[in-house]
Amino acid sequence: MRARRLLAIVIKELRQLRRDRLTFAMIVGIPVMELVLFGYAINLDVRGLEAVVVDQADTARSRELVAQLEATQVITLERRAATPQAVDELLRRGVVDVGLVLPVDFEARLERGDRPPVQLIVDGADQAVQAAARQLRHFPVPDAAGWTARVEPVEVVNYYNPERRAPINTVPGLIGVILTMTLVLFTAIALVRERENGNLEMLIATPLSRWELTLGKVLPFVAIGLVQVTVVLGLGRWLFGVPLRGSPADLYLASLVFILASLSLGIFLSTLARSQFQAMQMAIFTFLPQILLSGFMFPFAGMPRLAQWLAELLPLTHFLRLVRGIMLRDAGLLELWPAVAALAAFTAILLGLAVSRMHKRLD
Amino acid sequence: MTPAEAVPVIRTRGLAKRFGELTAVEALDLTIRRGEVYGFLGPNGSGKSTTLRMLCGLLRPSRGEVEVLGHSLPGGAEGLKRRLGYMTQSFSLYRDLSVRENLAFLAAVHELPRRETRQRLSALLQRYRLEAFRDRLAGTLSGGERQRLALAATVLHRPDLLLLDEPTSAVDPQSRRDFWESLFELADAGTTVLVSTHYMDEAERCTRLAILDRGRLVADDSPQALMRDLPGRPLRVEVDRPRGARRLLEATPGVLGAAQIGSALRLLVASATAPETIEARLREAGFSAQVTPDAVNLEDVFVAATRRDREARP
Repeated sequence: MRARRLLAIVIKELRQLRRDRLTFAMIVGIPVMELVLFGYAINLDVRGLEAVVVDQADTARSRELVAQLEATQVITLERRAATPQAVDELLRRGVVDVGLVLPVDFEARLERGDRPPVQLIVDGADQAVQAAARQLRHFPVPDAAGWTARVEPVEVVNYYNPERRAPINTVPGLIGVILTMTLVLFTAIALVRERENGNLEMLIATPLSRWELTLGKVLPFVAIGLVQVTVVLGLGRWLFGVPLRGSPADLYLASLVFILASLSLGIFLSTLARSQFQAMQMAIFTFLPQILLSGFMFPFAGMPRLAQWLAELLPLTHFLRLVRGIMLRDAGLLELWPAVAALAAFTAILLGLAVSRMHKRLD
Repeated sequence: MTPAEAVPVIRTRGLAKRFGELTAVEALDLTIRRGEVYGFLGPNGSGKSTTLRMLCGLLRPSRGEVEVLGHSLPGGAEGLKRRLGYMTQSFSLYRDLSVRENLAFLAAVHELPRRETRQRLSALLQRYRLEAFRDRLAGTLSGGERQRLALAATVLHRPDLLLLDEPTSAVDPQSRRDFWESLFELADAGTTVLVSTHYMDEAERCTRLAILDRGRLVADDSPQALMRDLPGRPLRVEVDRPRGARRLLEATPGVLGAAQIGSALRLLVASATAPETIEARLREAGFSAQVTPDAVNLEDVFVAATRRDREARP
């Protein structure tokens, strides 16, 4: 491998990139768009569920309980109904998510304490709604003696995100998602484009080596990936106050390893694809399992064993462990070494495969 | 002839290439010497591009031996690539890089010494009249300008051998003439040039010519020798209904080819067929015709060569 030839490819790539306005816009545009979307629009911490209340007791204490439940902001009381049957109807039509029923014998149930005084009817098909309703179950119901808080059997102490703000968890993961989406896509197209435009036939008739060509196409995107990390970190901090509790050097090193893994995946896809369109399809094919199984969308621990094994093969899974550890728990890169090792192995294997699949021949 | 010149630049024996069921090149024996401008003439699909690609190591031969500049292929392909300039059939430089950026990129890829690069680039820009376009993107150049850039890029590292795949298929006649001037200039300087074409006038300018037809070598000599040894004779036929006459003559034994030139016909007939025989045949069929011998041109050679091949096959 010759440094001068490698550099020639890198410079050429950067020049082409500078003239390709759409790609250039994607480098910054995708991180900003995704950050804003995930930060503001997608919120798994449910608030403001539409609720209907059936207060058949209609006593001072029942009205007070309803008011207190509404004050939690988990439910918004939009409607009142006379009978539990009306709740069924509203739920089925999708008008409300939650029905709150206080029976006629509400006071009596409170006194005796043998049956629950309040019934919550929820649209259990939506898991987020069900989880929110479960929170309400632990709401302190005033007993006959007055307002004493009931002591829950298990106390949950919320570390690292006491305010339960979603962006704290989403933004670090988003760094990984954005890097995967953009970098895999760019490099997947990279080699195929040379082939489609006929440039590859000219290149392979020169002394250029396979490693020079592959690395030369990958290296410019390392810098671009690091720029994206900086953009997401800065915006995450500015817009959502996402902290960086660990060392910035560790975070950038972890990102670098992940960037290399994503680029290797992209360039490997590029050796498989026959057209730019095919390369794009393949890239999208790799996004879905990464986003769904890596623990970005759903908790890793909740997935079936098979899905967990699959997830261990995906670079995003390991990067999420790294980035969440460093940003939120002030973990060091050394403590998280298994994830680093997994990403390094992934890079070595895919880059090796890509170079071995690339021939300086047309047949 | 010095011993160095006696050693051929390209030598192939029994070279063949198959793509699945399709045989693109069959049993090709070529010997090309230093300083020659060697032409590959053949219709589309005759195996010209495939042969050129095998000669520069981009395709592996299915059978046969190839030796190019002392490197035997496919094993020695990487060593060969330093001494070889290959110009692809379609424009293969970067359209989104400027003229100068394209040349500078290739200079670095060929590891031209840095202090030499600047000089070499400005010499090339001047020689190929590209100075005015040095900062223009290659994609915005006209066909002729693009061709000059492609040639400049191909000769940038001073290769000993140039392989040019239909270099003039997309340029105007004036640009074609200029292009060929450049080729002779390079050949005079000792570069061996192998160029494929389907233009007869270009083929006639080559020092030596190979005619390919469906993957087989059907003629291989200097254009002059090929025309001298033409196994047939051209005739000019002045006739009142040329289209009808042509249909009749094409079915006549001894006629190898017939083409309408203006209001007359140009025939290629077997050497044994006299003009009088043709004239008599036309009269019999009710045409009024006058048949005279015509001068041999390269197209006759091409028609005879590809025709003979067709008849030889079952």
